[in-house]
Formats: sequence, structure tokens, C-alpha cells
Amino acid sequence: MRFATILGAVGFATAVLVGGMTGAAQADALERITKEKILRVAVPQDFPPFGSVGTDLKPVGYDIDAAALIAKELGAKVELVPVSSSNRIPYLTTGKVDLVISSLGKNAEREKVIDFSVAYAPFYNGVFGPEASAVEKVEDLNGKTVGVTRGSVEDIELSKIVTDKVTVRRYEDNNGTISAFLSGQVELVATGNVVAAAIFERNPPRLPILKFLIKNSPCFVGLNKDEGPLLEKVNGILTKAKADGSLSAIAKKWLGTPLPKDL
Amino acid sequence: MAYRFDFASLLDYTPVLVNGVATTVGLTLVGAVLGVGIGIGGAAARSSANAPLRVAVGAYVELIRNTPFLVQLFFIFFGLPSLGVRLPEWQAALLAMVINLGAYATEIIRAGIDATPKGQIEAGASLGMSGPQIFRYIILGPAMGKIWPALTSQIIIVMLGSSVCSQIAVEELSFAANFIQSRNFRPFEVYFVATALYLALAVGLRWLLARLGDRLFARAARA
Repeated sequence: MRFATILGAVGFATAVLVGGMTGAAQADALERITKEKILRVAVPQDFPPFGSVGTDLKPVGYDIDAAALIAKELGAKVELVPVSSSNRIPYLTTGKVDLVISSLGKNAEREKVIDFSVAYAPFYNGVFGPEASAVEKVEDLNGKTVGVTRGSVEDIELSKIVTDKVTVRRYEDNNGTISAFLSGQVELVATGNVVAAAIFERNPPRLPILKFLIKNSPCFVGLNKDEGPLLEKVNGILTKAKADGSLSAIAKKWLGTPLPKDL
Repeated sequence: MAYRFDFASLLDYTPVLVNGVATTVGLTLVGAVLGVGIGIGGAAARSSANAPLRVAVGAYVELIRNTPFLVQLFFIFFGLPSLGVRLPEWQAALLAMVINLGAYATEIIRAGIDATPKGQIEAGASLGMSGPQIFRYIILGPAMGKIWPALTSQIIIVMLGSSVCSQIAVEELSFAANFIQSRNFRPFEVYFVATALYLALAVGLRWLLARLGDRLFARAARA
């Protein structure tokens, strides 16, 4: 009796899973979106300025605005699905969402499983400083102080390219680095553009303006494999948004600086 | 899955460690001299007849002894620039250590001063010595000799507390350890060596200060 029940339960579960997966692969995603007029997008909920929860518990951020822009161009209503870094790709591959717009970076392992659109958001490490600091490349740093968070990607990359004449001050965490920059204890900071945006948000007396890039790893929209029509449409929308300035407006709002030209 | 120890990988970073030890020792020695100086002055002020002076020094001592060193350090390094006073990190670290040691040393030395037998002060007065002369020749020597072990401990505490200065990017021993660990990802080896170095420094400093106390105050303490 016991064994038959277990067997029945396993059989039932398998049928549900297979049925569910087949269901997800049935229609072309773009067709379905255009017919139902609903675009389901996975967005981050704990990574400002890309996605966080406002005081009214509604998701806000760069990725949410980008999702709204794409949905509008597709003539659909956007349905935001909050995800985390670990489950955003599974949500896409199991058909729970149509697009992943969650500060997703492109790498070879992910390329095997999903497709990427063109870049829609900048995500880079660079050296930032106030307008008055005349720095355009790493050689201009000679004789200046640069703050950086110890052990971070910027720390390791910067240490590779600076000479002895540059004073590098390593703080234990991002807060120390930010405090050092705002209080003027260091002239420039090497950090990610997200941290620079966080500094900008506080409307500080010293503005972190990008001087030069250290490493560039922009964000892409994630789509399921074999969704050619949808991929083409999304790329078209993003390219148009870059050309007519609407994407740059989103970048200015959430990151404090307009889109880099070579995104 | 056993962790494979690799102490040899630390050898590449010997200059960083040496620089860290040198910075710690430098900060401690200069900080100790200045801090004890402030302690003597503060203790004299708290024992004086001048009420406003007593209260002012008392306020300083209570403020420093009842707040964390890290907060004092951050205030000096990150907070003062808002008031226009921007100190480079080693000056901020030294200032914080001196202010901190000064407050604790004031109380320790004041205990020694209070323990001076009244008869000796009266003897000095009867010989026509002025207040400052009595303080310098009769009170200070024996007081320091009595409290020297306690003061030594406080100096060691300040030396170990200098590790907090790594938070404002002063490149002392703790900073060196954190830096090396963030490059070679071997926390056990790195922090083991850092702990051993701090232990050696503390034992060495204690021995040094004991010998110094013997030379300066042994005769006076027996008085």
C-alpha cells in the first residue's frame, strides 16, 4: 500500500513537471507577449540603484525603468517578478519570466544556457574624482592619492597599472572609501560605477566624475535560447532607446551620469 | 579536503610585514612618550587647587575613557575635515593614540600622586620648596615608580590598539596582515604570523619598559 502510494506520487510529480516544461516551450515568446499583452520581467529587489524596494514596497530602479521602456515598445503591460542573483537565470529557463533585466553580466558559462541582448546599462570599475582634478589616464595619477576598497576588483586591477609615484590608500570597506573621498582625505577613488552613483545620490560637495575606465562589464538583458524574434525585437528597442536618449535619461536618473558612448 | 598550509607564500610579502611592524613600533613609541607627558600634566592638573582646571581635565578624561577608540579615531580622521581640519592618516592615528593614552595615563598617574605620604609634602614645604618644586622633586618620582607596572600595561594596550588604525589605511601590522590575506587568500598563515609578531612586540616592549622603570624610578619607589 505504502509503495504504491509513493510510486503514484512520483508518477504524478513527473507528469506535472513534464507537462509544465512542455507548456513553457509551446508558443513563441514574442507571439505570446503580443497576444496576451503581458511582459514578465525578472528584476532585482536588493541591489540599488538597479533594483530595490521603495517605501511603498514597490520595486524601483534602473532595471525596472528599462523593463517598463521595453514593455511599452512591445505594447504590453509589464509584470515585475522580484528575483535574487541565484535564482534569476533558473526563473528564465523554467519559463516563469520572459526577460531577465537584473544587472546581468555576460560570461561564457551563461552563454551556454541563455542568450544576451545588446548592453543596456553600464557596469564598470574606474577612477573617479572631482571636476577640478585633471586626470585622464593612469599616468596622470602620479603624485596624487587614490582611495580604494581593499581586496576588491578595482584594488587588484588598479594595483597592476599604477606606478610607485601614486599613493594608494586601501580602506577596509566601501563605506571607508566613500568617507575618505567625501572628507577630502583622498583626492580620487577607484570604485565601481554603482558606488559612484551612491555617492552622487548624497549630493556631496565633491562629485565623483569618471576620469578613466579600469574594467568594463556592462549589463545585458537575458533571454531564453531559441527566441530569435523576441531577441531581435528587444535589441531593436534598446538600440532605438540609446539613439533617442531615453535610455540615457534612465542612466542619468539612477547613476548620475549619462550613458557612455561606447555602450 | 584538508587545508594545505603554505607559510612560504608569506615570504614574498616580507617587506609589507616589516613595514607594518616598523609603523606599529613607531606609532607606539612616539604615542607613548607624548601620551605619558599628557598624563603627567593631566594628573598634576587634577590634583591642583584650581577648580576650573580640575573640572576641565576631568571632563576630557571621562569623555575619552567612556568612548571607543575607533569612534575617536573616525571622528578625528573623517569628522574633523568638515570643520576644516584635515589631518593625514598617520597624524590622525598618532593624535588619537596620544589623546587616548593621555586620558588613561592621567588617571593612573593621579593614583600614584594621591599615594604620596602627606608627611613628605609637609617636609618639602617646611624646607621652603614651592609647589612646582615639591611636585617635581618629591611627588613625581615615587608616584611614577609606584604606578609604573600599571602604566606599562596601558602602553601595551595602546600598542595593540594601534591595530584599529588600519581602518583609516595606516599601513601598520594589522593592515599588512589584511592586505596580504586579500592577495594570497591564506588567512590562517597570515593571521598566525601577525599574532606571533604582535606577541613578540608586546613581550619585548614590556621587558624594555620594565628595564626603563628600574633605571628611572627604582630608587624613588623604595622611598
